[in-house]
Amino acid sequence: MAIEFTLNGKAQSLDVDPDMPLLWAIRDIAGLTGTKYGCGKALCGSCTVHVDGNPMRSCSVSVSAAAGKSVTTIEGLSPDGNHPVQKAWRELNVPQCGYCQSGQIMSAVALLERNPKPSDQEIADAMSGNICRCGTYTRIRKAIHRAAGGES
Amino acid sequence: MSRLEKLSRREFLQKTGVASGGLVFAMTLGTPRGALGADAGSVAPNVYVNVRDDDVVEIYCHRSEMGQGIRTSLLQVIADELEADWDRVELLQALGDPKYGDQNTDGSTSIRKQFDVLRTAGASAREMLIAAAAMEWGVPASELVARNHAVHHEASGRSAAYGDLVASAAELEVPEEVTFKDPADYRYIGKSMDLIDGFEMTTGTAMYGTDTVLPGMLYASIERCPVFGGTAKSVDDAKALKVQGVKQVVRMPEVTSPPAYNPLGGVAVLASNSWSAEQGRKALEIEWDTGLNAEYDSESYRKQLVETSHKDGKTALNRGDVNAAFEKASRVVEADYYAPHLAHAPMEPPAAAANMHEDGSVEIWAATQDPQSVQGTVANLLGIDKSQVKVNVTLLGGAFGRKSKADFSAEAAWLAKQTGKPVKVSWSREDDIRHSYYHSVSAQYLKGALDDEGNAIAWLHRTVFPPIGSTFSAEATGPDSGELGLGMVDNPFAIPNMRLESGDAKAHVRIGWLRSVCNIYHAFAICSFADELAHEAGADPRDYLLRLAGPSREVDPADDGAKYPNYGQSLDVHPIDTGRFKAVVEKVSAMAGWGRDLPKGHGLGIAVHRSFLSTVGTVAEVRVDDKGKLHVEELWLVIDAGLVVNPDRVIAQMEGAGIFGMSLALHGEITAKDGMIEQGNYDSYPVIRMGETPKAINVHIMEVDAPPGGVGEPGVPPVAPAIVNAYFAATGKRVRELPLKKAGVV
Repeated sequence: MAIEFTLNGKAQSLDVDPDMPLLWAIRDIAGLTGTKYGCGKALCGSCTVHVDGNPMRSCSVSVSAAAGKSVTTIEGLSPDGNHPVQKAWRELNVPQCGYCQSGQIMSAVALLERNPKPSDQEIADAMSGNICRCGTYTRIRKAIHRAAGGES
Repeated sequence: MSRLEKLSRREFLQKTGVASGGLVFAMTLGTPRGALGADAGSVAPNVYVNVRDDDVVEIYCHRSEMGQGIRTSLLQVIADELEADWDRVELLQALGDPKYGDQNTDGSTSIRKQFDVLRTAGASAREMLIAAAAMEWGVPASELVARNHAVHHEASGRSAAYGDLVASAAELEVPEEVTFKDPADYRYIGKSMDLIDGFEMTTGTAMYGTDTVLPGMLYASIERCPVFGGTAKSVDDAKALKVQGVKQVVRMPEVTSPPAYNPLGGVAVLASNSWSAEQGRKALEIEWDTGLNAEYDSESYRKQLVETSHKDGKTALNRGDVNAAFEKASRVVEADYYAPHLAHAPMEPPAAAANMHEDGSVEIWAATQDPQSVQGTVANLLGIDKSQVKVNVTLLGGAFGRKSKADFSAEAAWLAKQTGKPVKVSWSREDDIRHSYYHSVSAQYLKGALDDEGNAIAWLHRTVFPPIGSTFSAEATGPDSGELGLGMVDNPFAIPNMRLESGDAKAHVRIGWLRSVCNIYHAFAICSFADELAHEAGADPRDYLLRLAGPSREVDPADDGAKYPNYGQSLDVHPIDTGRFKAVVEKVSAMAGWGRDLPKGHGLGIAVHRSFLSTVGTVAEVRVDDKGKLHVEELWLVIDAGLVVNPDRVIAQMEGAGIFGMSLALHGEITAKDGMIEQGNYDSYPVIRMGETPKAINVHIMEVDAPPGGVGEPGVPPVAPAIVNAYFAATGKRVRELPLKKAGVV
């Protein structure tokens, strides 16, 4: 039975094993590869997407749990790639290898939507589920402040 | 003509004195004639540059991007010498091909070894375009200048865009000699250009190894023996084949001895998607013969290493007479340091896709640091010629040395051949942590002697670890001179009696390079012990470091009988310069406010280490809370890398090295029990997260008029000892084992 949900604003109907993690449905079935696998156990945050606006680790959410919901991935964050968080990321040249940054950006956007002016501690609390092995954390922190309209 | 270097890392570590300077004016880069453009309407003076008649200059990046920023920096160097306009250059990723010279992106080599190659690539194109204009206008080339994507004739006011000169340039010979720009005229080199891949990396459109999708592709997940070297006695795939989406189960070729870059054996499940492959793999029933390494146990192995480090070893360097000095010393200090195996754990686990063509050739898409090694490994495995292996290099989602190994590409190629279909192999995180080419576990023994005034008069250092060579030769049981040259025999200290020795250890897992390699444990031991001697001498650790460095001079380990490869480059061009070492000590300590009053529970620690031809000094400020737990509050890193191409990328590498160094200092540990690796994911192999990130990582780049050193690796080694020394300053307790969590302080 097909599972129906909205993906980046468009209706999706995927005929897949309902237990398949949303991550693999997005990547392998819907063909959007911006959302990354990093651990498969909700430990690293590389696969973070928004489900009805809430940040979720798509590796640990079954596709059936997304039925009837609205899923946003990095590709759907803005029509032209110019979400304020994406712009801040580029202005500060945050990425190194870039692999984790989809998840970092999705977590940062979710943070700023519920807390438009987070403190360093609030950033640490919200972003500690996202690992960056290259170690771009200090720039991520600055970029979040910048996207929030503060100085960095 | 100077051929471009094409050396494996092993080879270059074994080689000495490969001069990089002085030859560049007679360097021919691949293509001998200008007319051979990538297509009609273009001219390619060399393999890296293709000037199109629509005025776009295509530049090929033959190095792998894994976060160090080489795609941006390489473009800067070529475009600068070419006087190309940044907005009219297009960066293309080169295939794996010996015509590009050395493509093995490790050893922090891209700039330090190829700066002149890249400059030559740009300069030869510039000079051809000038020659083309000279021919068209009938004026001497000496009256022409290239500036911002056009050639100008000042006297007549004429100018021509590069694209308009392509047809004439195609008639010309490539110049055999070129003149480099005056550095004062650099427009990109030395500037913090924005990331060339910044937009793709922030919009999910950057393509990594695991993102490859081919028509009709099968997704493979491979179950490998939990003990290195083991083999499958029996395989029952009946249940796996019943899993929805599973198409096929294939036995992998058995692991070889030595393992080199060959597949690791096991059983592959191939399916129509990643999830089905993973589910099918879980349904496999395999009985393993765990083989010769089933007894590997990190606790008992540790005892062996430490015992070996307490016995006389093989001499790597000898100066004076340490034993005589120990006898007459007023104080003698001994210390054992220990550091465990590490795994690279890049965010993107190893991944590659492969497709066999009807003519027997194979095409690979891989997150590889070394596409030519993929060509060689796959050609051997499939019994075809290297030229029949086409390797597309994707972006690498982190690598840190793991992806310099071709094993996962070989797995994909093998499965493509067996199935006759395109196949993508993606390792899981557990696969990555449990089947890595591990950074070596190591025991270090240090013994030092002080005279009445606290001067160090003797230094004995023994290093013991299973060598990287064991991955390539079953006979390799001890460190080679290349590994000892990674931060041990290049000891810069002015101590009259010094003896450096190594001890053997047999490997029971695959050993490989991890960002900064043996420098990690050598710097940990040396920089910790320097701090211990300072304490013993009653001296300030920073001041004592300057005393140890001694008078400003150039150190040559060969003077004391050591073989020292100096990272494959000349000591004349890249000396062990204690003056530069001391300048870094002074700068980093000044930046950190060394000697200032600190809040209760805080401590500052310093460590300075030269590696990959650059010197990095680190000061760590730690806070120890009332529960005795350590927090890294702030880091300062100062790098002397000679000339730097992109300061912002160098700063980024230092910031990243601070975090990478913290991960291994606080948490990183791979252990084996019954031959099996005990860690599997980021829960059991934790790395630093935002919550543990210091409030600032402050970086300074020394302005030094010297050829470029490495950047990607040299920041890592001093971080752990700086933290350990800071912990000592805060508590008076010395920790001699990594990671710090073993001591219960994290």
